[in-house]
Amino acid sequence: MAIDKIVPSVAEAVAGITDGMTIMISGFGFAGVPNDLIHGVLDLGVTDLTVISNNAGTGTEGLAALMGSGRVRRIICSYPRSKGSDNFDARYAAGEIELELVPQGTLSERMRAAAAGVGGFYCPTGVGTDLAAGKEVRTIEGRDYVLELPLRADVALVQAQAADRWGNLTYSKAARSFGPVMAMAADLTIVQAKEIVPLGGMDPETIVTPSVFVDRVVHIDNQREWDI
Amino acid sequence: MSATVSADAVTRLSRRQLAWWAAQAIPDGAYVNLGIGVPTLCANVMPADREIVLHSENGVLGFGPAPAAGSEDRDLINASKEYITMKPGGAYFMHTDAFVMIRGGHLDLALLGAFEVSGSGDLANWTTGDRRFPPGVGGAMDLAVGAKAIWVLTEHTSKKGEPKIVHKCKYPLTAAGVVRKIFTDLAEIDVTPAGLVVRAMVEGLTLSALQAVTEPKLALAEDCRTMAVPAA
Repeated sequence: MAIDKIVPSVAEAVAGITDGMTIMISGFGFAGVPNDLIHGVLDLGVTDLTVISNNAGTGTEGLAALMGSGRVRRIICSYPRSKGSDNFDARYAAGEIELELVPQGTLSERMRAAAAGVGGFYCPTGVGTDLAAGKEVRTIEGRDYVLELPLRADVALVQAQAADRWGNLTYSKAARSFGPVMAMAADLTIVQAKEIVPLGGMDPETIVTPSVFVDRVVHIDNQREWDI
Repeated sequence: MSATVSADAVTRLSRRQLAWWAAQAIPDGAYVNLGIGVPTLCANVMPADREIVLHSENGVLGFGPAPAAGSEDRDLINASKEYITMKPGGAYFMHTDAFVMIRGGHLDLALLGAFEVSGSGDLANWTTGDRRFPPGVGGAMDLAVGAKAIWVLTEHTSKKGEPKIVHKCKYPLTAAGVVRKIFTDLAEIDVTPAGLVVRAMVEGLTLSALQAVTEPKLALAEDCRTMAVPAA
């Protein structure tokens, strides 16, 4: 039977996401953020979410809408504050959202560890700082490292440039960023792709995310300007 | 009034001039990361006679200056979320690989902003601890331990006029003992095992006036230069 991961709507793409889930959201700044899928999650009405994303959103839509919704209990993130991150800033100042601040390279390497089935890794980043407080330190060949644990998610929401019906993906420029590693690190990987290409339409040498990591694809070709 | 000319009386470098001055010090052939703040401005004022490859945490290597108005690409930004352009030879890759380059020691240099730098090269640039201003570490801790050299680009004093080059950082550290050079709007200073050495100062500034806005003891390099920069 033909494998076909393409679903016809955002609602079908995000179906099954429930209260209390941990959700990775791709992108860096305004590039590569799956805004349609984020609003699909908001429309589900689910709450008590943990969000893993590099930033916490700016403006009023996308991640910022999620942060302002009161449905996010906790965010794991490297750089929440930006010009325009008012929704997050207000929730954070009011103590209404829990922040786990993670050095950016550690954030993606922890995802990679989860994706690769590795139980953690010793990392030089943050040694001796507040962000490594309480973590196991080990000296390897004269250098200190902290133990970092894998970071997985129930769901990854990923924006890609092109997808085929198996879920092979390519990305666009700096919009790639966290997409490939998040796609590998979640139990359910949901993709919004700007283009759908026929199976075999991608050069196997240029596929960035192989289809095994992808569960659902929805075609979103609109280029509307989000307030993000 | 002291006979010494105060740092208040001299013309400080603009952010763009500071970026220009630091960019001229980057060696030919270097692979360099530019942090948020003044460092990102360096991409627009790189020396034209050198090939320097710029890296950005979000997964870009080999980018160039900001695009002309109207040519911005929503998918092509740096880690400061500013529009960039690509140079021939540039590459895109996933975020994890951007940090393989950083943490794995593959970058020659990172230029970072700072809240404070100590005389021994400690860097504090990720949190003030004030809950009204959420912290943001980004890639700073990875760069601080991974790049072969760290230069700081910052205003010499805080908005309140207090020294940012201090005996001991009061804000939580990003990393200890990593900064090799400090470029400010008043001076270029090397962090050496023997202490801070002033390599250049803005026109009209004296060592004693610079010392008055700097906590650790400063020494003057024998060949200390005047910072001659293009007009703001």
